[in-house]
Amino acid sequence: MINTTFLTNTLAMLQDGHAVDTHAPAVSHAVSQASEVGTGPKWILLIIGLPMLTTLLCGLYAMLGNKTKLPAWTTVAGAGIAFIATLVMYMSFDGTPYTVHAFDWIQIHFGEKSMVANFSFYIDTLTIYWMLFVTGLATLIALYASEYMSHDLGTSYCRFFGAFGLFVFSMACLVMGDNLLMLYLGWEGVGLCSYLLIGYFYKKPEAVAAAKKAFIVNRIGDLGLALGVYLTFVHFGTLEYAVLFSDPTLLGYIESAKVGNFEAIPAIAQWIPLLFMVGAFGKSAQFPLYVWLPDAMEGPTPVSALIHAATMVTAGVYLIARTYPVFLTSEHALPIVAWVGTITALLSATIAMAQFDIKRIMAYSTVSQLGYMFAGLGLLTTTGAAFHVLTHAFFKALLFLACGAVMHGFAGQLDLRKLSGVAWMKGWGIVGVTMLVGCMNLAGLPYITSGFYSKDMILAEAFITPGYAMIGWILVFTAILTAYYTFRVYFRVFVGPEHAEPGDEHHDDDHEFHPHPPGWAINTVLITLACASMLAISLAYIDKAEHHGWAGSMISQSTASFHSPYAEAAHHAHIEHTEMHAVDGPVGHAAPGTVFGMDAHTGMIIVSGLGAIFGVLVAAFFHGPKGWQGLFLGGRTEAAKCRMDSVAKRFGPIPKMAENKWYVDEIYMAILVTPLRIISHIFHWIDKLLIDGLVNLFGFLPRLLAWILKPSQSGVLQGYAVSMAGGVTILLLVVFVIILQGGAA
Amino acid sequence: MDHLLHSTQLAQLAFPEAVPAVTMAHYLFVSAAMFVMGLIGFLTRRNMIVMFLCTELMFQAAGLALIAFGRHHLGADGQTFVIFVLCVAAAEAAMALALVVLLFRHKETLSAQAWKELNG
Repeated sequence: MINTTFLTNTLAMLQDGHAVDTHAPAVSHAVSQASEVGTGPKWILLIIGLPMLTTLLCGLYAMLGNKTKLPAWTTVAGAGIAFIATLVMYMSFDGTPYTVHAFDWIQIHFGEKSMVANFSFYIDTLTIYWMLFVTGLATLIALYASEYMSHDLGTSYCRFFGAFGLFVFSMACLVMGDNLLMLYLGWEGVGLCSYLLIGYFYKKPEAVAAAKKAFIVNRIGDLGLALGVYLTFVHFGTLEYAVLFSDPTLLGYIESAKVGNFEAIPAIAQWIPLLFMVGAFGKSAQFPLYVWLPDAMEGPTPVSALIHAATMVTAGVYLIARTYPVFLTSEHALPIVAWVGTITALLSATIAMAQFDIKRIMAYSTVSQLGYMFAGLGLLTTTGAAFHVLTHAFFKALLFLACGAVMHGFAGQLDLRKLSGVAWMKGWGIVGVTMLVGCMNLAGLPYITSGFYSKDMILAEAFITPGYAMIGWILVFTAILTAYYTFRVYFRVFVGPEHAEPGDEHHDDDHEFHPHPPGWAINTVLITLACASMLAISLAYIDKAEHHGWAGSMISQSTASFHSPYAEAAHHAHIEHTEMHAVDGPVGHAAPGTVFGMDAHTGMIIVSGLGAIFGVLVAAFFHGPKGWQGLFLGGRTEAAKCRMDSVAKRFGPIPKMAENKWYVDEIYMAILVTPLRIISHIFHWIDKLLIDGLVNLFGFLPRLLAWILKPSQSGVLQGYAVSMAGGVTILLLVVFVIILQGGAA
Repeated sequence: MDHLLHSTQLAQLAFPEAVPAVTMAHYLFVSAAMFVMGLIGFLTRRNMIVMFLCTELMFQAAGLALIAFGRHHLGADGQTFVIFVLCVAAAEAAMALALVVLLFRHKETLSAQAWKELNG
């Protein structure tokens, strides 16, 4: 289908390994071919255009007062065709990146420089990889939402699916754009859609507050990204990926980084990845900017699944993967990414352990898993990060949608103390089984789950990369916590004695509450996602010999490649860097590349596998039900009573602190929000008293004058005539006197 | 020389003999008297039509003064100006009387006092 003959792309050339040892010649070669990336077929624009079309159609339906499920079917069809188009794009991809030009967008020429940012799309394996799960999940979740949102048929239904389509469009722009400005456009677009959908229930104050919080916290990150984009243009003179990644300056920096000579790279260039990193932390909810994501659960559950678990929050991972060559030029960026990801993973896992709202638990686990992805990026395994993005997208969407089915069926009930034995209830079997699949994946049970393989790639890399063993151990510990809190939810809500209290949305007191089990759309989506989560295991085995599975082969052909000379360069640099430190003092906590004397991958399979099983057993012991239905060691006989209650008391205030999210929100409130609010009040009063006072004074003076002179307009005609005649007389007298005096003189 | 007549000579031809006893001051006195009568009438009367007539009287007093000055300086300017003033006065009379009719229809009286509420 691609009939254009592609000229050799510089990136592909660098990947074949010949360029590793060639310095200046490779660079000059790269320059001559910089602008020669082939063009692709125009039908690829369907992937962008269809979601936009569905948005416009949903707006039209709203105007026409549609009260059917038509918006949902339109969105499912649009996203579905976009997914098929993405599949065709994947099938017909021959290994060389190409661009598809939609229209000229920004072209500013000044002097010798020019700023070019066209509305065009850069297609390489990384783009295809990301778009496959974005469009695929969008289709499935739109189908799910068709049933989930059916209480709101009418204008709100159209509004939901309008924003949904706009989100898919923005995400496609973000992932497929061929320059950083397109990425920024999509970045802000998904932020907007996130805001609109979190605040979907705009009559609920918590939802409005959560939407504002998400938007404002993201502004901090977006400022970083914007500054990074400006700095990229200022320093490299281009925003287009094809030109940027073959820029001789950038290649020169990577050569310097390869030998650990970071002094040769100007500080301004090293700032670019740090700024991008801030943007990624905001969008992907990393410490310290993660606080918006748990609150974002106020939105409808399909939104939480699609935007706040599977796709949008991985935009930060995509940004770093896409601009990985730039990240390699900074001495500090990737280590910071690794450490921030690790801290986030641990911190949010501890919070998730103490929450009672199952959707919040899933939200914190999303933050935690995103931390794993960032750790993977920082540990130079973009493949591990990207594979974890993919498996996480499937199983976390599944978990959210299963929780959403429970919430939908039990009138908004999300408290795990008030629900029990849901899987045994009539009509809830599919939810129970698929939820179990999702929980096993999130916990990372060895060999039988895809989440295990993707997590293992990151964990092993922590021990392979010298100096990062500490991160590895923290992440293994977090994995045990993850298994515990995941199965805590499962054992509390889905098995055990049957018990259910309706949530706030049940207002009809005349009738006894009856949970309504999910319909065909929800069940179909849950089964599909459960199958996808399991089938993703096979992706770890495809192409295993050369790369790290299918994800590895996709990533290694893109700019995010770990095996590319770029990543190799930083890898060497890191080794040398660490060795230099090793002379000064002890840095490595374990011998690099080994765990307990085994090679890192085997060691991690054993350690993390046992850790996951241990976590599940702990959860079963403390939260599991009693009797044959649950595991033999569980002791829970009532919905709200479990062994953990008495154990938690022994820890003193710690469980309460974790339940209150370690008071991070309160700390932010005290050190950031309150001072800012006080300052804004001060400026408000300055504005009100000083600025408005001056303006009002100028308005008041004429009124005062008028008030003084007003009585003279008496309404008596003769009065005016007398004053006129009198005035003229006085004037004449004055003139006379002057003339007489003049004459006398 | 004879056939080249200046404007002054023309004026003298138009008014071959002036009345020697009537001087400039007489004309101005009559004019001033008319003006003062009009002014007093305007200030003392309440009837809008009478007030309007008084303004006309003041107008004509000014016109008379203009003609007198024109004759005094032996020019046609003063008379020309008065023709214009008469035109304007005619138009203004039409307007003012229409206005008076409208005001009368509102209050059923011609008294200017009736419009006292138009104050500041």
